[in-house]
Amino acid sequence: MSEYIIKNGHVFDPVQGIKGDKKDISIKDGKIVDKVSSSAKVIDAKDKTVMAGAVEIHAHIAGPKVNLGRIYRPEDKLFSCTPTHGMERMGGGASIPTTFKTGYEYAKMGYTTAMEAAMPPLFSRHVHEEIRDTPIIDEGAFPVFGNNWFVMEYLKNHEIENTAAYCAWLLRATKGYAIKIVNPGGTEAWGWGLNCLSIHDPVPYFDITPAEIIKGLIEANEYLGLPHSMHIHPNNLGNPGCYETTLDTLKLAEGFKTKNKFGREQVMHLTHTQFHSYKGTNWGDFESGAKEVTDYVNKNKNITIDTGNVTLDETTTMTADGPFEHHLCGLNHLKWANVDVELETAAGVVPYIYSPNISVCAIQWAIGLEIPLMMKDPMRCYITTDHPNAGPFTRYPRVIKWLMSKKARDAQVNAFKHKDKVLSQTSIGSLDREISLYELAQMTRAGPAKSLGLSAMCGGLKPGMDADVAVYNFNPDKPVANPDDIETAFSRCAAVFKSGIQVVSNGEIVSTGNKRTLWVDVHVKDNPQVMRDINEKFVKFYSMTQNNYEALGHHFVPNPYALEVDATQA
Amino acid sequence: METVTITMKNAPALYLEADNVSPDAFAGKTAAQIAELSVHEGNTTSTLGKYFEVIGNAGATAADTKIVVKGDVKKVKYLGFKMTAGELVIEGSTDLYVGAWMKGGKILAKGNIEAFAATAMKGGELIVEGNAGNYLGAAYRGDWRGMSGGKILVMGNAGSDIGMYMTGGEIIVNGNIDVHALTHAEGGRLVVKGNAKSKVGGQMIDGEIIIFGSIDTMMPGFKPVSEAELEVDGAKAKFSHFIGDMGERHKKRKGQIVYGNLYKKI
Ligand SMILES: [Zn+2]
Repeated sequence: MSEYIIKNGHVFDPVQGIKGDKKDISIKDGKIVDKVSSSAKVIDAKDKTVMAGAVEIHAHIAGPKVNLGRIYRPEDKLFSCTPTHGMERMGGGASIPTTFKTGYEYAKMGYTTAMEAAMPPLFSRHVHEEIRDTPIIDEGAFPVFGNNWFVMEYLKNHEIENTAAYCAWLLRATKGYAIKIVNPGGTEAWGWGLNCLSIHDPVPYFDITPAEIIKGLIEANEYLGLPHSMHIHPNNLGNPGCYETTLDTLKLAEGFKTKNKFGREQVMHLTHTQFHSYKGTNWGDFESGAKEVTDYVNKNKNITIDTGNVTLDETTTMTADGPFEHHLCGLNHLKWANVDVELETAAGVVPYIYSPNISVCAIQWAIGLEIPLMMKDPMRCYITTDHPNAGPFTRYPRVIKWLMSKKARDAQVNAFKHKDKVLSQTSIGSLDREISLYELAQMTRAGPAKSLGLSAMCGGLKPGMDADVAVYNFNPDKPVANPDDIETAFSRCAAVFKSGIQVVSNGEIVSTGNKRTLWVDVHVKDNPQVMRDINEKFVKFYSMTQNNYEALGHHFVPNPYALEVDATQA
Repeated sequence: METVTITMKNAPALYLEADNVSPDAFAGKTAAQIAELSVHEGNTTSTLGKYFEVIGNAGATAADTKIVVKGDVKKVKYLGFKMTAGELVIEGSTDLYVGAWMKGGKILAKGNIEAFAATAMKGGELIVEGNAGNYLGAAYRGDWRGMSGGKILVMGNAGSDIGMYMTGGEIIVNGNIDVHALTHAEGGRLVVKGNAKSKVGGQMIDGEIIIFGSIDTMMPGFKPVSEAELEVDGAKAKFSHFIGDMGERHKKRKGQIVYGNLYKKI
């Protein structure tokens, strides 16, 4: 493999505490190294910003729900297609891009790792086929467990060991990465025409509460010692007053300590926090609950969060929170799609327009920015748009602009039709903080990598780590003349390396790299009861056999990278 | 106003996508520059000049530019695509997407036009002396934003699914229409001087349909309310008034529930 040296760039690396010093980054055989030979290819990064490749902790970029969005929204591709050029295959889609466009767009912005946030286990084969067809970036997928019949039956009797054995089996069968929960119990209740809007609403038939599911899965996660923590989309998403449900959910993590060998410190990751930080009793008195939620998270170090920034675009919402999508369709009257996934989960899809002329959308925008600006530790708060729910991931450069520039935020506030309402219902106007490049590297690299248990591998530039490197046309020594320059710089990298291969040069794709599928292979003690239960459920209830269920072999996972976990001594 | 005449000389073997034939794309260009504008035949991109003889220079702006299209353009799509001003005259019959996404200006099609004309039209005027195809003034596939402004006049007949998801503007058809008219409409107006088939106004929640001739089968979701005398295009007549589609949600305006209105001449 070739050698590279990225010379004279301003390096920002929280893993080594480097805050913009001029340093050379050396790459050899896919890894960051101390030194390279004089024959190494030189990349001139003078007056540029150098960071590790960015890590996406939560996006919906592969699988049946995403594809349903593509199928039922041909208008999303209208006027957004790019023909074949250079290395790139044709692509299309604004909020739900094709797999190829997804890989190219992430890479051009300097992202080298991304997590698909909700894999329906029954459709893991579809998820992996799309991951396979998404070039360049390493990807993992989180199977959803929060409405799974096995999980609810075991946890009803607090059978942690059986829950853990089942989780280990499912992670292996689906080549999954982490334990994801979406509206625990609520999506199963939706099958009965109901929902769980608080953590104490019982799930019909199963006679268990969301609180029991959440606590039980934290315990199972720590029993196994997985790289990532339990990753949750709580109950009651998107409703005025939902911040109380969020706080109730976060409090369930109290007293739990992590136990893992991956350097992870949290036991719960709260996703798209913006959608869970609403105060008020209706859409008229709707206001921000960002302060209440971030106050709690700031004090409780065993929690990490991501933001879920609203980007003020036309987009496509999609979630395993089936009842929420039905509710949303009742609000905006646009088309609605719903899928039931047998014993496991469900999903809904509804297009949505976050209009700057609608006060609720403008307030959501402000809440999404308040959260990272109020979070004291950027290592525990990561930038996402819950792509495509709050906006497409291709808007990250714009979100970065708003976070780094008070001037850019003020300009947007002034452009809102209901500016006064945004200022009275949120505190966005009084937040002067501007995120530094070092903090940005924490929020988009070192932080999410650590939360995912990948800190030894990516998110930093320490020798020995994977050579995932992004070089931006941004000179930190020069004052920013126009905040739009920030957006431009973070939209298209000068150079990107993925595992030591240069994949982007001057904003263009120059290689499709060596894409890997990350998954977690956990070994547990033999558990004949769980194996018997799995067999029985397939015979009695599933519409397919167990042999057709697993995502196996080269076709589905051509280039796997397994994180091995030994839980046999647990 | 300057006139540019383009005449089909070398007919394409496949269908030709001529989305640059609009006063907006021509404005400020000489005949030679216009001939260099791109067109697509299948997956091959070439120039307008390969197929058309171009005579005359365009005006400085779209509003100062008139385009006359001559010759056999039955296999040409997208004439007047996204135009905002100026004039376009198509002397013969043509294919899909005439005046699609147009915002202003005037198109006169002297022959017949095929489907998806005036897709999501926002303004301007489209006059068709012959027949129009299906999905006239409708939303793009999957989209919920159909024709929102402007005026369409069809002297002959129109096809099925016209005005789907219409929210504003007016469509007048002097002849007959096929099935599905103003499906999902939330505004706008359709006048049919001839006959309509079935599924008129299905899932309509607002807007107006006036039919002078017969309707094969009424939608069950429309409810007769009264008789009304209307003046349409200077002619007075008596109509049965129906509201609907009763199976759909309906908004309130000034405390009153708003319905789609369907008038059928008695
Ligand atoms: Zn999500």
